[in-house]
Amino acid sequence: MLLSPAPLHIPDGFLNLVVSLIFWMATVTMVGLAISKTNQSLGERQIPLMGVMAAFIFAAQMLNFPVAGGTSGHFLGGALAAIVLGPWAGILVMTAVVAVQALLFQDGGLLVMGANIFNMGILTALIGFGLYRMVVTRDKGIRLAVAGLGAWIATMAAALSTSLQLWLSSTTRLEIVVPAMLGVHALIGVGEALITVAALAFIEQTRPDLLTMEKSAASGGRGWIFAGVFISLLAVLLAPLASGNPDGLERVAEDLGFLAVGLNAPYEILPEYTIPVLGETALSTVFAGMVGALVLLGLLILIGRSLRSSTQDT
Amino acid sequence: MHVNAFDHYHFHDSLIHRLDARVKVVVTVAFILSNAVLPDGSWLAFAVAWLVLLLANDLSRLGLVYTFRRSFIVLPFVLVAVTAIFSPAGNPLAEWHLGFITLIPTDFGVVRFFSILIRSWLSVQMAVLLVGTTPFPDLIHAFEHLRLPRVLTTIIAFLYRYLFVLTDEALRLLRAREARSAGLPGQKRGGRLAWRAKVTGSMVGQLFLRSYERSDRIYNAMLARGYTGHLRTLNPHVMNRLDWSMLVLAFFCLILIQLVGWVR
Repeated sequence: MLLSPAPLHIPDGFLNLVVSLIFWMATVTMVGLAISKTNQSLGERQIPLMGVMAAFIFAAQMLNFPVAGGTSGHFLGGALAAIVLGPWAGILVMTAVVAVQALLFQDGGLLVMGANIFNMGILTALIGFGLYRMVVTRDKGIRLAVAGLGAWIATMAAALSTSLQLWLSSTTRLEIVVPAMLGVHALIGVGEALITVAALAFIEQTRPDLLTMEKSAASGGRGWIFAGVFISLLAVLLAPLASGNPDGLERVAEDLGFLAVGLNAPYEILPEYTIPVLGETALSTVFAGMVGALVLLGLLILIGRSLRSSTQDT
Repeated sequence: MHVNAFDHYHFHDSLIHRLDARVKVVVTVAFILSNAVLPDGSWLAFAVAWLVLLLANDLSRLGLVYTFRRSFIVLPFVLVAVTAIFSPAGNPLAEWHLGFITLIPTDFGVVRFFSILIRSWLSVQMAVLLVGTTPFPDLIHAFEHLRLPRVLTTIIAFLYRYLFVLTDEALRLLRAREARSAGLPGQKRGGRLAWRAKVTGSMVGQLFLRSYERSDRIYNAMLARGYTGHLRTLNPHVMNRLDWSMLVLAFFCLILIQLVGWVR
């Protein structure tokens, strides 16, 4: 078929169990929030719309354009979906897209699907919508520019997050994977940004009613701005640190204890990360992963709550 | 384009084809999970897992090479994992000098690399087998029965249902662009890169509007036919005795794999 795999879909086996579980937890939390949020604010009419929109993202990935040297740029779509449909609906749409890519085309694994949805659906929606929401009242030029910037940063953040997950699973060396992934996706991201801007400009010209300020405010509150800006800054600051000074990042991870869970599990687990009763088995690794996941879960619930309450204010 | 243009389901009649989709989904996920839990370098357990996969392959009557052929999709990611060979945790095996870079493969790294490769290779083949023996709509209903949120399964069902319609739409747009892109042989066609990206972006916007407006019509048509918020199926989806016994057998195999992997 014409649907060629994008280089961000991690297959099964490339992430270890702990990393997979942690990102499943994060994804389940965010998707759960998205479901309850869309159930509250939207009717059953919205479900066929989101389904067809997911099919649209899928089909739009076929529309490629020639770049130099026989390669072609094409489209991931997370940022555009979040800007046009609102962030929660965007997350659900991208979840469906990633799930079908994995189930139907084996483009990305099943056990690692949580990580894939996190990278390509949640990060892109947070960054794409968050930045766009910040300038939604400004004039057209600024909005389009920020949408393009958001699409580029979202692509880079997805690539960075993919590299970090691979590194935490000790599948790859940080000093090689980060520059390689970011280098490739800096170009892919430019294509993504150009297409997103052009598509938005086209929609604004033909159906401006779909992109009104009230609609953006209704689908996501000011909390999204903070979340989007915060994650963008994190990605922008982390990327040069990871590619230019991998030892530095490794040091931070070591201090935080990530590396012990990530690097050695499940092969060789440090004593402090095993549960004495269970010994050095996979079970205790899973348990260590669960603890990490619960911490992350708490953090995400806090973020989600702040997003939610600020939504009700506006 | 046909409605099932994207489905990898192969019409056959076999034990695996007849199994309830829920059993197949649960066993596939459990198999992938089992591979992930196995420690690095447990070659014997990987071999047993491969035998289980071959057995399932044989029972499905799709031919032993079917899943093998489609497993190459993970190849681009192997490139990423190659660097694991030079993991600093482990004893150096050799020292390679490439210009000003020195690469030191270690025993830990080599074991890790091949374990990742085998895990991924086994897992992707089981997933290929799952979609090869289960029609995609059945797969969606299986997920619904396994208590996945209905909103999500319904979105996925719509995605699958309209994928071919919108793919046709996308192909029409591509054909239209091709028809308008005249060029002389030997001369460069089209404008600068930014211009080409702008054209593609307009096509994406156009596809979006067509999809958006189509979804409105779809919803109205479905309401007219009595849509109440979820999709129904004529398939009763009842687990019979064969389904249960195959489930138990599969879990027995997985426990065996784990025992081989952890007990030495």
